[in-house]
Parts: sequence; C-alpha cells; structure tokens
Amino acid sequence: MKARHAQVANVIPFSWVDGPGNRFVLFLQGCNFNCLACHNPQTIPLHTRRARELTVSQILDQIKESMPYISGVTVSGGEATVQHEFIAELFTAIKESDELSALTTFIDSNGNASAEVWDQLAKVTDGVMLDLKALDEQRHIELTGNTNSVVLDSIKHLQKLGKLYEVRLLLIPGINDSDQQLIDTAVWLKNIDPAMRIKINAFKTHGVRAAAKNWPEVCDKDMSRYSAIIS
Amino acid sequence: MTTLENIRESIENPKFTYRQRVAVLANLAENLLDPPPVRKECREALEARIICDMYEGNAPYRPRYLLPDYAIVLENGSAFLELPAAKNLDDALAFLLIMYSATPSITGYPVYFGELDTLLLPYVEGISDEVLYAKLKRFWISLDRMFPDAFAHTNLSPVYNRVSKLILTLERELLQVVPNISLKVDPELTSDEYLMDAVKTVFACGKPHFINDPMMQSDLGVRYAAVSCYNSLKIGGGSHTLVRINLKATAEQCNGGKDQFFDQTLLHYLDLTAELMESRINYLVEDSGFYESNWLVNESLLDLDKFSAMFGIFGLAECVNILMEREGDSGTYGHSSMADDLGYEITSFIANWVSQRKMPYCNGNNGRALLHSQSGIDLDIGVTAGTRIPIGTEPSLLEHLKTVGRHHHLFASGISDVLSFDETAVKNPLAVVDVIKGAFKSGMRDFTFNLDSNDFIRITGYLVRKSDLEKMPAARHSSTYLGAGSVADSHVDQRNVKRVVSHESSPRTGS
Repeated sequence: MKARHAQVANVIPFSWVDGPGNRFVLFLQGCNFNCLACHNPQTIPLHTRRARELTVSQILDQIKESMPYISGVTVSGGEATVQHEFIAELFTAIKESDELSALTTFIDSNGNASAEVWDQLAKVTDGVMLDLKALDEQRHIELTGNTNSVVLDSIKHLQKLGKLYEVRLLLIPGINDSDQQLIDTAVWLKNIDPAMRIKINAFKTHGVRAAAKNWPEVCDKDMSRYSAIIS
Repeated sequence: MTTLENIRESIENPKFTYRQRVAVLANLAENLLDPPPVRKECREALEARIICDMYEGNAPYRPRYLLPDYAIVLENGSAFLELPAAKNLDDALAFLLIMYSATPSITGYPVYFGELDTLLLPYVEGISDEVLYAKLKRFWISLDRMFPDAFAHTNLSPVYNRVSKLILTLERELLQVVPNISLKVDPELTSDEYLMDAVKTVFACGKPHFINDPMMQSDLGVRYAAVSCYNSLKIGGGSHTLVRINLKATAEQCNGGKDQFFDQTLLHYLDLTAELMESRINYLVEDSGFYESNWLVNESLLDLDKFSAMFGIFGLAECVNILMEREGDSGTYGHSSMADDLGYEITSFIANWVSQRKMPYCNGNNGRALLHSQSGIDLDIGVTAGTRIPIGTEPSLLEHLKTVGRHHHLFASGISDVLSFDETAVKNPLAVVDVIKGAFKSGMRDFTFNLDSNDFIRITGYLVRKSDLEKMPAARHSSTYLGAGSVADSHVDQRNVKRVVSHESSPRTGS
C-alpha cells in the first residue's frame, strides 16, 4: 500500500450528525470554496500547522477502535474531494478489509468536484451528502466565491450514479431563504429526483468570520416556513 | 434506633401517604429487634457504613428480591388465591394484578411483574388491535397507580411481537414512572426495527433498559429477569439479601498503598460483607419461616433452590483515585489507562474472592453469592455508584464505553451503566441502535440511556419525573422521595447530559 498522507483537520470517533447511524468522521484540511458562512474557517487553507498528516493505515487503526459501535465512516472537511485520491485509497482499504467491510462509506462535500472524480469515488463510496449553498448563480458566487455550475452537475451526476444520499441547504435569513428561492430550489431538486432527501441546515453565527457575524440566525418560525415549503 | 418520637413523626408526616406511613411503621417496629448476630468488627463496619445492608431491616422476613413464576398460576390456577387457570386475556390481566398484590417485598411493592409480553401472548389471539389496546392500557395504568414504585419492573422478550410493540406504544403515550422496563436483546432474535422502536421510547420516557440476553443466559440460565434497580436473577428464585461494600470507605481504612489494600484491607472487609450476608440469610431462611409458609413457595412460584444472594460493590471510582494518589501516580478513573487497569484489578480480585466464598442457601448459584455493581441510594454522597465514572466527569462516549465495559462480564447479577446523549440523537435513532449493538458485541451486560430533555431523570438506577420532584410534598410514588435526596445531594441532574433513579430502602423514607 502506498503511504500517502492526508492533511487532516480533525477525527471524531462517534458522530450522530454526519450521515446515517453512528459514524466515524474524518475532517480533511483544505477547501476550494471560501464561504462567508463557513463554521470552520480554519479548515479552509490546505496547508496549516494545525493540520496533522495521517496515513491510511493510521486512520484504519483509529476506525478499528470505533468499529463495533458504528454504521460507517464519513469523510468531511474542509472539502473532502480536494484530497479525493486519498479518499479512494482509504475507502478501498475499508472495503477490502475483513474487519471493516461492513461499514458504509460516505462523503460530505460542497459538490465542487468533476464527474471524473465522482466516477472514481463511486466504486468505493456508498453515499454522498452534498451542500447546495444557492441555486442562483450570482448569489452562489457572493456566498462562496465560486460559480455553482459544477455543484449542480455533481447533484445530477451523483443521482444518476445512485450515490446521492442527501442534499443539504444552508439557509441564511434574508440571503438565500426567500419563499421564491426555496420554491425554485425545491422544484429544481425534485425534478432530478422526486424522492430526494433534502436536509435544512439552519445558519448560526457560531464559528463564522467577521463578514457573517452580524447576519441574522435562523429562528423556529423560519424553520417551520422552510419545512412547509421544502417538504 | 427506633424511638417513640420516630414513630410519632412518621404517623404525623404530611409528606407520606397512608401506605407509606404503614410501611415506615413496620420498618420501625422491625428495628426494635436485635439484628441477626455478627461479630463485633462486622457490626462496627456496618455502623461505620463501610459495609451496608441497604437498611433492609433488623429481622428479614421476606427475601430482598423475589421473582415469582407467575405463569404457573395463569396456567394452573392458585389454591391460596382461589383462582382457576386463566381462560382469556381478561382473566390473565386480572389474575396478574391479584398476584402482584399478594407478593411480598422490601419496598411494599413487587419488584417483578413478569416478562409481560411472553406471559400475555397466549391470550391475545383473536383479539382485535383496538380491544387489545384498550385492555392493555387499562392494565398499564393500573400498574402505575396500584404499585407506585419505580423499582417495580417488567421485562420484554427479545422478539418483537404484538404485545411488546403495544407496550412500547403505551409507554410513549402514558409517560408513567411504573413499570420500569428491561428489554432483552439477542443479536440473533432482536430486529433493528424493534430496537428503533425501543430507542424512540427511550427518547420519550427513559425506558427501556437494555440487556445482553445471551450473556445473561450463559450466567443465569434461560429463565432469568432483570428486576428492581437492574438486578438480574433467576425466575422462580431471587436474592435473599443485598449487602454491599463501600470501596471508597475501604480504601480510606487502608494506611498504605496498593499492596496493603489488596493483601489486608480489602480482604478484611470482603470477609465482613460475607459475614453480614450469611447471618441475614440464615435468619431469613431458618427463623423467619418465609420459605415454609409463603403461598408463593407452597405453590411453586418460588423455589428456595433458585435463590442466591447479592454481593454488591460501589465507590470503585473513588477507591481507584485514592490508591492512585497513595502510589504517587497521576490519573483518575475514566481518564487514565493506569487508573482503569487498577479498577479492573480490583473488580477481578473481588469477583474471584466472591466465587470462592461459600454462601448458605445459595443453590441458585452453586452455593455462591452473585456479584453486583450496586447503583446507589440517595445517602451515597461523594461515593459513585458501582463501577461507574463519577457524574459530571464522564469522558466521551467511546472512552466511557471502554472504561466501564470491561467490568461487565464479572457482574452476573447486573451492572447498570447509564449513558447519556443530547438532542442530536433524537434525529438519528439509528446511531443509538448502533451503540447498543456495539456495546453488546464488545461484551457489555446491561445499560440505560438517558436523554436530558425529557421529563424523566434516572437518579441511581430508578426513574423519577422531574415534574414530580417539583411537586413535592405530595408525590404518589415512594421512589420520588428517594430521588429528591439524590438530586439535592449528588447533582444527578447535572450529569454530563445523563441519567435516572432507583427505589430501594433508605432511612430517609424508612421503607
């Protein structure tokens, strides 16, 4: 096995919020978006002294500690797919391991990866949880610094591959949560798959940088409105 | 020591219901008698509460825990109760309530209601869902109102069936303290769907408790149940008594380090614990006449040969921390592998000692006591229950499971750990199912979950409703009073997001 290293921001032995069941989560360092609303901006630069370098076998050892208690492994970030070759190697090792092959492998992504990357990962990945920051291109650029064409393609492509587990909408009051924006988004997504799982993440200012510190947080009333429109 | 003043206070205590006053008065009267004889050093250790008889009373006249085999009466009827065999569901439900009311107990209420899905399944065929729901709901309300004690406990079999499904539904609907419930989990028989249903019930009311069925069966035989505060014992038998050793106090009696603790102090107090048990068992079996006269014995719902006695330990965490300090080592229980190893050395030593020590009238366990990790009573201030990690210092869930899980195989009569979780679990019940399955795969015996946001809190092992604590005085459940003491003294409501309560004898209630 190649002793490839990953730049790792953090490892959590148990997580109940990163996919189905109890999961081991690997947060990779480095992101190709620069979102104003990012909750973990310290994970954006690819190289930082805070990140650790870990090999596949070191991570497998850590997964084994959690093994009897988990449904699977989720790779998150940063943006996981920035280090897609490492993910492929890690997931292949999991699938080939007698001890770990029962685990499901999930990726939590901003969707900014090419079809070739997804094709390669699909062989060893059970599901992808993908963020859609805004359906409107201009709004997406304002929020992330990038266009959303690759993200939208990723949603369509992963759905075709049968690997799209859910789409997550990070909703920010007054910025991407108007009735019209939500209706357009829901229609676009349900056109691709009427049964698509859509998860709403409510914006909180915790952890965000100065530019987003004064944005309003989502309240219960907002959440009820979102659910009513999206469902 | 009972005084006339104690008697008058109990009679006039506005916090007690009529039944609670009667129970207290009976206890005060019993304690006018001399306790079963023990040597002076044993008596002194008891008075200093280094060993503890759980305030069972000075003249034990019924076993501490008894698990009547109720199926015998349902199938054959009872001469004593003048009942025929149960012919239908109405008979079965009524006869069970009659039997419970005629079952003696330390608390005044039965600690065991039977494995109710298994007991009732033979009578539900041909009954519509609607009718079954109405009848079972009435029965379930009766259990809580007639036997208001959080230690009253039912079990559910490992197989998801019509009755167990309905029981979980009723639990979520009624949100009662009684009955406490243990679910026997067998990876071969218990479906994920059943576990999911159970986990959702935990979210609503803190029940059920989860039990590793194959592990229990290999220690206790096929017919066992968890009763009271998670004591697992044989059906048709039980435990004559429960005496426990305070490991914190034992360590404090030791002047030296680890070697002296193991070679002298611990051995000395283990011996005194066994002496106290032996004396109490002898009185119960040879003098009280229970096993010659009680209808449960006469009609074979209980069999002396299925009884054993429980040897409890508590305060392991503090004991380990004291010894670590004596040895000049840093690290505390739950946070250092060295401390955790020492903890395991202590429990293994005790388990081995208890398995060697003969105990009278314990044919239910080859003439030996059953080791038990005791979940505490409300007087245990500054001493952690059983082998648990002190409240508020629990590490992450994975570390928590690893620290406590290794002890579980040693405690055949139960070692309830309480694991807490936050609101994120409610949106992902499968995660809790994963933890349950993983815990059993890694050799855990039994445990409970607690969700901070519902109305139930687990004090030591038993449940109370937070809203009942606020209502005092006037609560209907005897155990709620015990709970109030624990919340005030031990801050169990400030667990690192966790736990519930247990209902046993305490001088606070005199029950």
